Amino acid sequence: MSTPVRVLVGKPGLDGHDRGAKLVARTLRDAGFEVIYLGIRQKPETIAAVAVQEDVRIVGLSILSGAHVALTEKVANALRAAGAEDVLLVVGGTIPKRDVPRLEAAGAAAVYPTGTPLETMVESMRELSADVQAPS
Amino acid sequence: MRDIRSEAGIPLKVSYGPEDLPDPAAIPPPGEFPFTRGNFPDGYRGRVWTLRQYSGFGTPEESNERYRYLLEQGGTGLSVALDLPTQCGYDSDHPDVEEEVGRVGVALDTLADVEILFDQIPLDAISTSWTINGTAAIILAFYVAAGEKQGVDRAKLRGTIQNDILKEYVSRGTWIWPPRPSLRLIADTIEFCAAEVPRFNAISVAGAHFRDAGANAAQEMAFTLMDGITYCDEVVSRGRMTIDEFAPQVSFFFYTHGDFFEEIAKYRAGRRRWARIVRERYGAKEDRSCMFRVGCVAGGASLYAPQAHNNIVRVAYEAMASVLGGVQSMFTAAWDEPFALPSEDSATLALRTQQVLAEETGVTRVADPLGGSYYVEALTDEMEAKVIEIMDDLEQRGGMVKAVEEGYLQRLISEEAFRISGAVASGERPIVGVNRFQTDEEAPETEGYELNEQGRARQLERLAEVKRSRSASDVRATLDELGRAAGAEDINLMPLLVECAKAYCTVGEMVDVLKDKWGEFQQPAVF
Repeated sequence: MSTPVRVLVGKPGLDGHDRGAKLVARTLRDAGFEVIYLGIRQKPETIAAVAVQEDVRIVGLSILSGAHVALTEKVANALRAAGAEDVLLVVGGTIPKRDVPRLEAAGAAAVYPTGTPLETMVESMRELSADVQAPS
Repeated sequence: MRDIRSEAGIPLKVSYGPEDLPDPAAIPPPGEFPFTRGNFPDGYRGRVWTLRQYSGFGTPEESNERYRYLLEQGGTGLSVALDLPTQCGYDSDHPDVEEEVGRVGVALDTLADVEILFDQIPLDAISTSWTINGTAAIILAFYVAAGEKQGVDRAKLRGTIQNDILKEYVSRGTWIWPPRPSLRLIADTIEFCAAEVPRFNAISVAGAHFRDAGANAAQEMAFTLMDGITYCDEVVSRGRMTIDEFAPQVSFFFYTHGDFFEEIAKYRAGRRRWARIVRERYGAKEDRSCMFRVGCVAGGASLYAPQAHNNIVRVAYEAMASVLGGVQSMFTAAWDEPFALPSEDSATLALRTQQVLAEETGVTRVADPLGGSYYVEALTDEMEAKVIEIMDDLEQRGGMVKAVEEGYLQRLISEEAFRISGAVASGERPIVGVNRFQTDEEAPETEGYELNEQGRARQLERLAEVKRSRSASDVRATLDELGRAAGAEDINLMPLLVECAKAYCTVGEMVDVLKDKWGEFQQPAVF
């Protein structure tokens, strides 16, 4: 009934471990999302620019280096600067529990630490995008 | 009868017998070509494997302290983790990388940092393994220069640089330049080590990262051997060196995951295959050149977050499989790896796991204790056949560089990762705590490692201080010389990099000079 939700999946920073990001990209595609996969080592400004250009609903970041808080802040700022503050930001990776509130404060709508079942993540992203779409 | 297969898809019989044993020539005693049963006639009796824990944190001062602790605790080699800016060729003061400085490893900007890193650690008494690829040649130059500062001749330096760029393009991501010039630089390091740093492994061809990205055991071995061939071809094709002159300084590196017997078979099959490749393809005369010297990691993607303490048990089994497979050095991962960089406690426990294995279990008493086992020998044969099949496919497609540039290898690995993920989700692959015997227990609060923010400030101060105090004209002269030589094909860049290091040029400065000549790699973003 609806047009597929567009998601950008990418890895900011220098961490090159992309198994999770690729798995997520593929799982989302199979679940009916339209996925734009940017790859590794993307600058926050590039992520924001592509998000705007491709008019995505959700930006998904995968970070395994431990730099998740700073990188999430940077991407959130870049999205704001690009006028895309309505884009939902979600973050996954090697994220200790204590950092989840920090990521949420930085602008993450949802956080998926290692061990999150893929179906839980898909369900969460469906709900998030449905909430956003509801007014129309 | 039910179709039971190993993790890599090898069909398994219900039991094995004498008819499954290979020709006796394929399994001569340990220490004899083709080394199926191990490189040394006395197995681990002569020397136990090197217990090598990967670590490196924040600043060189903090890492130095950790290394001295590990050595006091009985570690026998160092394994240096470098931060991502150092691995990707950015200095700590580069504006794009501030949140990564000192995070997953130690930040090294100039020789001054390396001098601090090894303060009170005599470089002729230890061996040092560096997980470094894009900037491997630069790190080697630093190590040689640091040795000189300590009064240690480069001929006495022992250790390994990973220096395997092909797998970085596919699965680990710390690439800088495109494949062609990168291969040239790697061949330069191999030649340099063979001629001047004879006890140092110039390359550790690494399948580990293919594995952690999703490849199965047979793919891991096949891709790695293909990479090994690519590097050896590069050196041999220059016509300046024979295989026997450098092959003893080529080593390999793998992950050991959970399928116990398959992992043992993987190492045995790999040793036999590599020995034959080196003899048949390159005409090696010395047996030493044909030896497949292997380091490994137990852990990685085989560890899971739910019921995380189960990881201690997984790592212990994997460590035992590695030893029964005959590895030369090992790193055991800490149980909290799925959440965080390991704490001192979890890292120590991981080291103790190896010590219990080496000292208490008795597995080191006899060389290749599983040799002649109907099952293990048959599985070794099957594994070798599967490895050959995968290698043939890649050769027919035009070799590794092409497979990497076209994203073919990336796709194979993603496919397998996706398949495994599905098998875990469906329960077809049992994982305790994940799809069997689950509990509601929350992930534990890990102590982990908190980045020391002051450390970054100190690193930036030191870099600024080095830039102030070094000779600007030496820096300019050595970098200019490097740039000129990079434009010519037949000049070995290693001696020039050592000169740059001694002039306290930064990693970023050297990398940028080469980027100007060679450009940057463009990733194919396939999933």
